[in-house]
Amino acid sequence: MHTTDIRNPDYFHKVVDCQWACPAHTPVPEYIRMIAAGRYADAYMVNWVSNVFPGILGRTCDRPCEPACRRGRVEEDNFAKPEPVAICRLKRVAADHKGDITARLPALASTKNGKRIACIGGGPASLTVARDLAPLGYHITVFDQDPKAGGFMRTQVPRFRLPEEVIDEEVGYIINQDVEFIGNRRIDSLKAVLNENYDAVFIGCGAPRGRDLEVPGRREAAGNIHIGIDWLSSVSFGHIEKVGKRVIVLGGGNTAMDCCRSARRLGGEDVKVIVRSGFEEMKASPWEKEDAQHEGIPILNYLVPKTFEHANGKLTGMTFEKVRAEYDAKGRRNLVSTGEPNVLYPCDEVLIAVGQENAFPWIERDLGLEFDNWGLPVLNEKTFQSTVPRVFFGGDSAFGPKNIIWAVAHGHEAAISIDKMLNGEPMTQRPPQHLNILSQKMGIHEWSYDNDISNDLRHVVPWAAAEKTLKSIKVEVELGFDAATALSESQRCLNCDIQTVFKAPLCIECDGCVDICPMDCITFTDNGEEPDVRKRLTAPATNQTQDLYVADGLKTNRIMVKDEDVCLHCGLCAERCPTGAWDMQKFLIEMTHAGPACRTPALRRDAA
Amino acid sequence: MTYLAKPKLRHPALSANARGFTRRDYEGRISTLCAGCGHDSISAAIIQACWELDIEPHRVAKLSGIGCSSKTPDYFLGNSHGFNTVHGRMPSVLTGANLANRDLLYLGVSGDGDSASIGLGQFAHLMRRGVNMVYILENNGVYGLTKGQFSATADKGSASKKGVANTDSPIDTVSLALLMGATFVARSFSGDKGQLVPIIKAAIGHVGAAFIDVVSPCVAFNNHAGSTKSYDYIRAHNEAVNQLDFIQGREEITADYAEGTTIDVTQHDGTLIRLHKASTDYDPTNKVAAMNYIQSHQALGEVVTGLLYVDNQSSDLHRNLNTVDIPLNALSEQALCPGTAILEKINASLR
Repeated sequence: MHTTDIRNPDYFHKVVDCQWACPAHTPVPEYIRMIAAGRYADAYMVNWVSNVFPGILGRTCDRPCEPACRRGRVEEDNFAKPEPVAICRLKRVAADHKGDITARLPALASTKNGKRIACIGGGPASLTVARDLAPLGYHITVFDQDPKAGGFMRTQVPRFRLPEEVIDEEVGYIINQDVEFIGNRRIDSLKAVLNENYDAVFIGCGAPRGRDLEVPGRREAAGNIHIGIDWLSSVSFGHIEKVGKRVIVLGGGNTAMDCCRSARRLGGEDVKVIVRSGFEEMKASPWEKEDAQHEGIPILNYLVPKTFEHANGKLTGMTFEKVRAEYDAKGRRNLVSTGEPNVLYPCDEVLIAVGQENAFPWIERDLGLEFDNWGLPVLNEKTFQSTVPRVFFGGDSAFGPKNIIWAVAHGHEAAISIDKMLNGEPMTQRPPQHLNILSQKMGIHEWSYDNDISNDLRHVVPWAAAEKTLKSIKVEVELGFDAATALSESQRCLNCDIQTVFKAPLCIECDGCVDICPMDCITFTDNGEEPDVRKRLTAPATNQTQDLYVADGLKTNRIMVKDEDVCLHCGLCAERCPTGAWDMQKFLIEMTHAGPACRTPALRRDAA
Repeated sequence: MTYLAKPKLRHPALSANARGFTRRDYEGRISTLCAGCGHDSISAAIIQACWELDIEPHRVAKLSGIGCSSKTPDYFLGNSHGFNTVHGRMPSVLTGANLANRDLLYLGVSGDGDSASIGLGQFAHLMRRGVNMVYILENNGVYGLTKGQFSATADKGSASKKGVANTDSPIDTVSLALLMGATFVARSFSGDKGQLVPIIKAAIGHVGAAFIDVVSPCVAFNNHAGSTKSYDYIRAHNEAVNQLDFIQGREEITADYAEGTTIDVTQHDGTLIRLHKASTDYDPTNKVAAMNYIQSHQALGEVVTGLLYVDNQSSDLHRNLNTVDIPLNALSEQALCPGTAILEKINASLR
């Protein structure tokens, strides 16, 4: 094996599992330390810069960071239930406790640069583009069919998960940057928009069409059957305030979870979720499933909808075929009938939440804007540029339904592309990340971070009393951590951004680090091929997704191998190192956003 | 040293031995020795050896004297018995403990000051008597706790940290142990666990006095150019005569070595030591040849390591004294004081 090139920014970035997994690459351990120190406003701003909607995401994020969190791997076989750090809920703590941060927001652009950009759809992707570009002097116009900006966050995420004030506040931070918001305006023609001579158009209109379920009885009982996302937005706008007593929700994603919990609050007494697949394969996040079950909503699986039963134009129930999963030689799943008779579940209303689709009926097909076989726009995956050079896409409308954090990440990238394009730069040349690596040594055995590893198990977020929350759709269920619990939870973070950096020329091979390492991460051994070396370590490195940190140049001609997989970043290797060959260095990586920093230095000089 | 306790979390794949313990269960408190001290590696080797041998921690007594090395029993086998004795007096306290309870596994940990200066007499007599124990001498050639003066094992001509050469002759504890009748004599290096761990395991299996001299560099005072007990010096001058496997009866011997390159030594308790000879002319069962070899190579400036001598017909103090199999501390008062009539009988037999 060769010496690891730690100057490659990706190497240490990957070690920070949470940040690497986050589409917007939020520096998670950095803000968790700030929360521990009570610096909530600082923590909020670190988030705001990266992910734009900390308060919203702290309640609704899909949390790609948490399954990636090292804490979960480290607790395996140590504690009964290994759990990641409650990263998402800590983010909310920063938002809840931050106080007034308006003075920290970017100043309004003192002069406009005369360039006009239209954002179609007022959701997270468009708002991110607006936030990144407005302070640079661009004139941004955001169009949305609804009266207020926020898109899916406002119309479909139920209020008991995300209070309106939080949306108003964080959307407000963006709109107040002199962004022109035009609500109640549904765009019916891209051609018309292009004719208004915008310098760039960003399309962030989401995946607005809920999939339907065409089985017998659908038309006859239409009055009691609703498409999930449409129903949720009607609830959100107060058009729907009641639901039948017995409700069936079809589908296994997060929208289904929102539907069933909303129904439970609008008069549904017997609400159940019914899915085709197995419980484990459901698309909904595990915690959302738990939350639904916690509210007394059963989830029935392996049931394929067959018919809507109706009498006198009213829905009376649904029949389902019982199935089981069978896997073929290639591991593909087939749902096969068990042969048992179909089952009937009586109900008054059905909510269909079986998926969303993109729909672009308002984009004329003669503009030169190409679509692929799945009806999605043909885009450059890095720049988000469509086949019409000044039209960009992001969020669910770019690559199909994902979630808020992905929309934000797309928005950042599209904003960079637009900024580069309008500055006459090649947008395929993406800006490098901002990197800072610095030793955290403060004294002989003192570090700038708390390296005493907490043995706490994941703390549970307190909930408001069920009798209160189930009565109103507007009462927020989760209460958020208080400051004391937030501190305890923050201490579970392993500070994975404080990297173990090894300098072979200083090493005397005393084995001090090998002996002290609580996780048996470090080995000094003969060099070989990686698969062989992985087997020969103090603790074999079986997690292939985690890198080995290799350094040669030792006096004995052996190599130092550190398996990054379950390192606690406790720094004991560095404390036990007599020569300073090990050092704990904070690796702070921040994404470059649109603005002068994203432009190429040579061109920047020319401009000056 | 570190201020923090070692985190309780351990590697998820860390396995348990036959007693249900992981290696971490054999650890002690966090070491307060200097960072990089060889002694900490020896503690880790003892932990590894005890874990591999499925030893029950409560069946071990660890005894030590005074010094950096003698602090280390606090840093391993935290659930075993321990006795931090007077300077240089570990051998006599251990002998007493061993006489009282022959059932425990005795681990004596000492340093070059504790064994070769103030405790030299005790060291010699312990070896003579063949007390059933493992004697680990953590040898760094300096008095670390008093700022690095030369100890009695420092080589003549080796330089102190300030550059002053040592004028006294060194005491070679390995040769001394052989002369005094130790039945298991080895030397190893704290920086080579591959060699040290099996030696400790074999020593634990040995009946009688098993002596291991472990060169253990003092990073604070004796790890500079001119030192003959530094990491670099030992690595450059290490003359390993063999590497060994320690095999307990139930284990299958799978490793395959070319004929003539291994020696098997079956010990009294049925355990087997398989030696892989690095030096073809070295026979660790021949005491005189061993002494010659050690002396001649030492004269060349080499540090001879490995299992240097083992007597597979060894005996120990209890056997020599013909004591009962039941530990004396477990005998009832009736057995220990059989009464006047029996005393009269014994007295009469001696008249």
